[in-house]
Amino acid sequence: MIYEVPETVDSAVALLSGATGSARILAGGTDLLVQMKSGVVEPDLVVDIKRIDGMKSIAQEDGGWRIGAAVSGAEMGEHQALCAAWPGVVEAMELIGSTQVQGRATLAGNLCNASPAADSVPAMVAAGAVVRVAGPDGVRDIPVEEIPVKPGKTSLGKGEFVTSVFLPARPVNSGDAYLRFIPRTEMDIAVVGCGVSLTLDEAGTCTAARVGLGAVAATVLVVEDAAAALIGSKADDTALDKMAAAVSAACKPIDDKRGTVAFRTHVAGVLAKRAAKIALARAQG
Amino acid sequence: MPLDDQTPGQKPGEARQFKVVGTRPLRPDGIDKVTGRARFGADMSAPGMLIGRVLRSPHAHARIRSIDASKAEALEGVKAVVTRADFGAGDDDVADILDNCMAGEKALYDGHAVAAVAATSAAIARKALKLIDVDYETLPHVVDVDAAMKPDAPVLHEGLSDETVPDGVSQNVVHRVEFGHGDVEAGFAKADKVLERSFKTAATHQGYIEPHACLATMGTDGIADLWVCTQGHYMVRNTCAAILGIDQGKLRVTASEIGGGFGGKTTVFLEPVALALSRKANRPVKMTMTREEVLRATGPTSSTSIDVKIGMNKDGKITAASADLRYQGGAYQGSPADMGSMTAFAPYDLENVKTVGWDVVTNRPKAAAYRAPGAPMAAFAVESVVDELAKGFGLDPLDVRLKNAAREGTKSSYGPTFPAIGLEATLQAAKDHPHWKAPLGPNQGRGVACGFWFNFGGDTCVSLNITPDGTVTLSEGNPDIGGSRASMSMMAAEELGIPYDQVRTVIADTGALGQNEVTDGSRVTFAVGLATIKAARNAKKVLCERAAMVWGIDPEAVEWADGCARPAGDNAGKFPPMSLKEIAAIASNTGGPVAGHFEVNAEGAGVSFATHMVDTEVDPETGAVKVVRYTVFQDAGKAVHPAYVEGQFQGGAVQGIGWALNEEYIYGEDGRLQNPGFLDYRIPVASDLPMIDTVILEIPNPGHPYGVRGVGETSIVPPLAAIANSVSEAAGVRMTDLPMSPPKVLAAIQNG
Repeated sequence: MIYEVPETVDSAVALLSGATGSARILAGGTDLLVQMKSGVVEPDLVVDIKRIDGMKSIAQEDGGWRIGAAVSGAEMGEHQALCAAWPGVVEAMELIGSTQVQGRATLAGNLCNASPAADSVPAMVAAGAVVRVAGPDGVRDIPVEEIPVKPGKTSLGKGEFVTSVFLPARPVNSGDAYLRFIPRTEMDIAVVGCGVSLTLDEAGTCTAARVGLGAVAATVLVVEDAAAALIGSKADDTALDKMAAAVSAACKPIDDKRGTVAFRTHVAGVLAKRAAKIALARAQG
Repeated sequence: MPLDDQTPGQKPGEARQFKVVGTRPLRPDGIDKVTGRARFGADMSAPGMLIGRVLRSPHAHARIRSIDASKAEALEGVKAVVTRADFGAGDDDVADILDNCMAGEKALYDGHAVAAVAATSAAIARKALKLIDVDYETLPHVVDVDAAMKPDAPVLHEGLSDETVPDGVSQNVVHRVEFGHGDVEAGFAKADKVLERSFKTAATHQGYIEPHACLATMGTDGIADLWVCTQGHYMVRNTCAAILGIDQGKLRVTASEIGGGFGGKTTVFLEPVALALSRKANRPVKMTMTREEVLRATGPTSSTSIDVKIGMNKDGKITAASADLRYQGGAYQGSPADMGSMTAFAPYDLENVKTVGWDVVTNRPKAAAYRAPGAPMAAFAVESVVDELAKGFGLDPLDVRLKNAAREGTKSSYGPTFPAIGLEATLQAAKDHPHWKAPLGPNQGRGVACGFWFNFGGDTCVSLNITPDGTVTLSEGNPDIGGSRASMSMMAAEELGIPYDQVRTVIADTGALGQNEVTDGSRVTFAVGLATIKAARNAKKVLCERAAMVWGIDPEAVEWADGCARPAGDNAGKFPPMSLKEIAAIASNTGGPVAGHFEVNAEGAGVSFATHMVDTEVDPETGAVKVVRYTVFQDAGKAVHPAYVEGQFQGGAVQGIGWALNEEYIYGEDGRLQNPGFLDYRIPVASDLPMIDTVILEIPNPGHPYGVRGVGETSIVPPLAAIANSVSEAAGVRMTDLPMSPPKVLAAIQNG
């Protein structure tokens, strides 16, 4: 195994493009190192991107926030302006692993591990996050939901890697929230995860909404029917019930050791409603 | 000379006044453990050491047609490969243990060892495993206890059933036991209500943090040494010697610090394999398990299926009780169905009682002991029915238990008549505790349950040596899992009348002491404590003799009090007291070094009872259960180090919470374990738990000089039932299937 620590995006892309065997990106390493230790992956090349300029920064851009690919959950949690703007995304990120893991784990890594149960991804989907990808053909920006294609697999091509995640500018009277269900209180994988982001007008009517759903299908889902149930409503109980029903209807889960189809489908609706109420309260200030 | 069981000045029957026992000194292993200086099983190394790894069956049940290891043996760096062919027939009484350590004709469960390699690095060893070619003929498998009992179930072992097993069940049923007295049918006929319920519990693992690890060296001269993480290195020595066909005296075993055992380290897995590899390679071999190996291939407890029937009158009096308890113990005989059957109704004074237990084999790893083996599941079933009947009559569940409680003179459901016991005291303490009266919030419920454990004694040796400067070293042969070094030092200090910090207790290797039973059965503080006290008394006798020699008086005229030899009375003569340090300083000139030792098969371990009280809150929309408040009431006889006793109470409750709510072995249709890791085998994390409050009761055990009873195991007996009773109340539906994981609780609520 070859370990490389490039200092520019271009040299990282060159290394990845020129790799003859399997290549993996190392940022926080909280997925990669565990997989290597257990023998699940045996990469020929590991490219550590932490020393590349911008990978460790959280920067304001066009009223939104650009989060470098090597920024840890702990750094996000300590960034007051980011927490104020996108509390749902930050709380989703902070649910991952232990305190120790939080010191290393990254938003981009959680996304590129491509687990359908990744906590930060439904929250990023709800937030309308845009991912910047560098590669042999230059840089491109793509919606977050287009990165994972199936469990463990992303849409990134050879030589490509995620350099940052962009959370857009927030309209006034907006709020987001993420909730997950786990059998324990921490150190667990989501059985269901749900992110909700919404915007209200002066009268308290919902003008925009996005709902992201995790662990109930092969990839994180964007539930447009659920968003539609909120838009135009005051997010009252009737609208929330309609949204919960849309969320449950969108679920395509499996029976496995972590939960049953019936359980996941039901709890997805419950969580969506609870998350929407938190997002609503945040939007109302 | 007054060196009997009484303290000088203590009147018979009067409670002894202790100076050291009952205090809370710092634990002697604390600094080592927080600084990383403590040496656990994997911390041992030797020059030229090889790394051993095990190849494990991917099949739940398969005939091993052949094993071709030639490619692995040819790999550079590989120094030895062993399969079952490298072991002799071995003694009959270790045949199952050997077969579990290294499969013979058949692989009997997913994870069963089929070969092992020793190589110069872990990477080479892993690579070598992939080069071993095993030709399997897969066979139908069975992992569920009820399915395994059916006449047409796949059979693991032909002809294993003994004469106790009736016709009409599978040969997987190895043994049937029955306990009880009276006429249960007549008793049921007299009851105002008879309730019959069926229960299921999942297999759970002890969940010790430290995986199994050892370092073995065995030379061509047949002399062997083994360093190992175990609950009993004497057991390891005897078992490995029998498996390898060597004399016990040729194998010296040293126990490392131990990162938890809870019963799971009372047998061997890697140790005979490491010795066999070392013998073949003529090099030291170190082996450590991964967590996946620990879960797939060591010994979880039984999963069970239990039917309980109890008749009760409107006033809460139980008229009759019976239970049918089916325990699968994995691939070999020896599930704790017998102990489950004996403990099921032990808390109650019953006129008519009958329990039947079934020991069943399945394609799972062989069950090992787990903290009060067999008892928690039986208590779960029985205490659930007692609770439902009590609540059905509108009676206070604690009152109902008090009304039927076993007490001194009760003929127990398993035979013996109880001496002084503490069950009523725990129930009364529970009733008087503020927890019992505290208001409950929405979606909350409160449950109580009782539990019983026998406690054991067994073979024990202690050697107490006094150094020339008058400090004391105590050698015992039981790995310290629950604070026994502190307790032994305290009891020795108490007896000798010296400060706690003047005694250092060490765990001696198998060359240093005679046979010692494993650290199990909650026996150590009782049995090793008893031997420690007796060894100290023997040392005091020598100390008094030395003082008598100096004073020129009769040894009978010297007594030991407050750390000094003193003339026993005015007639003995007037001499200033001689301290232990003073006598130690002149030991060489008065006959040689001073020591005391004691060897015993300790009897008189007092039985132990506990009552647990727990509040839970159920989320009616998700089925999630939160433990809100928990209080343990248990009889300790005499708490030598109360902080450790509280720790044992809390630890048992916490393991019980895991067992009740989320822990389970999950098998796929293919018979393979689906959750061999701590991510999906869910033991509780700290944030899942409230503070576990404890109330220590002290009803002295007449079988121990200070009244000590074992406390380690009883604390895991009541929690499954107490939590089930609490959750059932909070959810509004009776829960009879463990674990009460969120999908199950939600389904129960939705189905009413």
